[in-house]
Amino acid sequence: MGNPHPFRCFTLHDLNEKTVKELEKKAELLRRHVIRMIHAAGSGHPGGSLSSADIVTALFFEIMDHSPESGSSLDRDHFILSKGHAAPIYYAALAECGYFPTEELITLRKLHSRLQGHPSRVKTPGVEMSTGSLGQGLSVANGLALALRLQGLDRKVFCLCGDGEMAEGQIWEAAMFAAHNHLDNVICIIDRNGLQIDGRTEEVMALEPLGDKWKSFGWNVLFMDGNDMWQVLDTIGMAMEHSGSPTVIVAKTVKGKGVSFMENNVGFHGKAPDEKEYEQAMRELGGSA
Amino acid sequence: MNWSYDSQRKNYGKALVELGKIRNDIVVLDADLSGSTRTAEFGKLFPERFFNCGIAEQNMMGTAAGLAVGGMTVFASSFAVFATGRAYDQVRQSIAYPNLNVKIVASHAGITVGGDGASHQTMEDIALMNAIPNMTVIVPADGPETYRAIKVIADRPGPCYVRMGRSDVPIVTPKDDNFQVGKASVLRDGNDVALVGTGQMVAACLEAAETLAAKGISVRVVDLSTIKPLDTITLSKAARDCGAVVTAEEHNIVSGVGTLVAAALAESYPVPMERVGMQDVFGQSGESDELMREYGMSAKEVVAAAIKVMERKK
Repeated sequence: MGNPHPFRCFTLHDLNEKTVKELEKKAELLRRHVIRMIHAAGSGHPGGSLSSADIVTALFFEIMDHSPESGSSLDRDHFILSKGHAAPIYYAALAECGYFPTEELITLRKLHSRLQGHPSRVKTPGVEMSTGSLGQGLSVANGLALALRLQGLDRKVFCLCGDGEMAEGQIWEAAMFAAHNHLDNVICIIDRNGLQIDGRTEEVMALEPLGDKWKSFGWNVLFMDGNDMWQVLDTIGMAMEHSGSPTVIVAKTVKGKGVSFMENNVGFHGKAPDEKEYEQAMRELGGSA
Repeated sequence: MNWSYDSQRKNYGKALVELGKIRNDIVVLDADLSGSTRTAEFGKLFPERFFNCGIAEQNMMGTAAGLAVGGMTVFASSFAVFATGRAYDQVRQSIAYPNLNVKIVASHAGITVGGDGASHQTMEDIALMNAIPNMTVIVPADGPETYRAIKVIADRPGPCYVRMGRSDVPIVTPKDDNFQVGKASVLRDGNDVALVGTGQMVAACLEAAETLAAKGISVRVVDLSTIKPLDTITLSKAARDCGAVVTAEEHNIVSGVGTLVAAALAESYPVPMERVGMQDVFGQSGESDELMREYGMSAKEVVAAAIKVMERKK
């Protein structure tokens, strides 16, 4: 790309303990942003932001080649947040990457804020696609991947999906399309935290065997612990080296990860912490309220 | 009347091919109806820029959005009932809200689909698309106007819906007509009553005008080819000059073009109005012409509405 930026493409030998430690600390910082934002807004979805925090951190601070300066360019890696309700973790990453001031984060969900409850391409710097109505992000990622291929740009499109949205039919239409068109520049990561609004995914609408489903649709399927930074980096690195078919990574995660009383607690899918909960959450995440 | 006929779909296909030859950013998507929507010719000439999405309209609209994020000018086609109804949420969320450069060009709109019956006869697509912010809505009156409209919208960024019929329709627009988005054209001047037609009902209005002229009535005929943004200037001028307006559409009169014209005139120059169109019922199988007569959308009904509305003039 020519222009200097602090982010670089990931290769396995770059990985060292220091990098991973730094990324883990960054993920914790983003988690604190998430709690602070949702607390200030009085509403939002902490569970799915916390579960995907390590994946988002790995993508934005290590794996993806991107920068605010290359914001409108196509010659960069791309990110589509299909699970739009995880907007807080997305905004936290964008702000820490310099797309907009971190002070702006607490305006989440407020009137006239650039930070809408769900991501908006027309309002927020760095947001490439408006999402929120579930099941639509992968189709968009496919279209963007096609556009990159047509323009001869060897770039990746990462699409972060929730597991609950796997029930949307459009996901499987998109799965067929990507395999049919050999979109190996699409990497779909499923935040498999196992919970959705009404309860456990396996009780609301069973998804397993989820990996087999994707495999039968013609995808390269990988699994990882989505809350283990080493594994996240390693697995996404493998996905990037795969060619000939699109890759899906089923990332086992813990909903609400990092805040004890939110972990595996469906009650915190879409609820803000109260004052006491807020203080405890911030302490557990290594910060102060 | 002694019309010559042309196909809107064929003109769409022709315009696409011409655009494809001069512009590398033109990408076309279809959902297993490329022979009917006439995108197939583009697909044959530019296979690398044509994607058949299979019978999956929702994914097609999302993919179209992604291509537009990637800088492409995207045309996505299917039958109107599926493009606007089946994929409504994708059009709203993934195309219109992010204001992306996707042109939804749909064929087989309205009751003239014919034999397929009510499942395929959309009477609400204009209402659906018109209600979405950022969306431009175009309903060409004939084949040549379709061709001109496609060329114009290709140069105009943003989401757009273009409605086409199945049947060949009478050519009503002049050869040198200069299509502009948001501009209605006056095809016949007069000052006793204004007939505002859209799509193939423009031909019915012109036919009605002949009948009315034989009775000594001076009729203005307006081709309302853009539904959004609505040309309120031409409409209120017609209301002011004629004092009575009839709208004619191959669409439900509930939330249809007549409703929109009535609202615009209520705010600018209210005059007595009558609306010709589907009377809030589903259609059925039949030949195009007999269906148009059966459901009251022929020149005869336009004439009757004109006489009725003129009686209401003070």
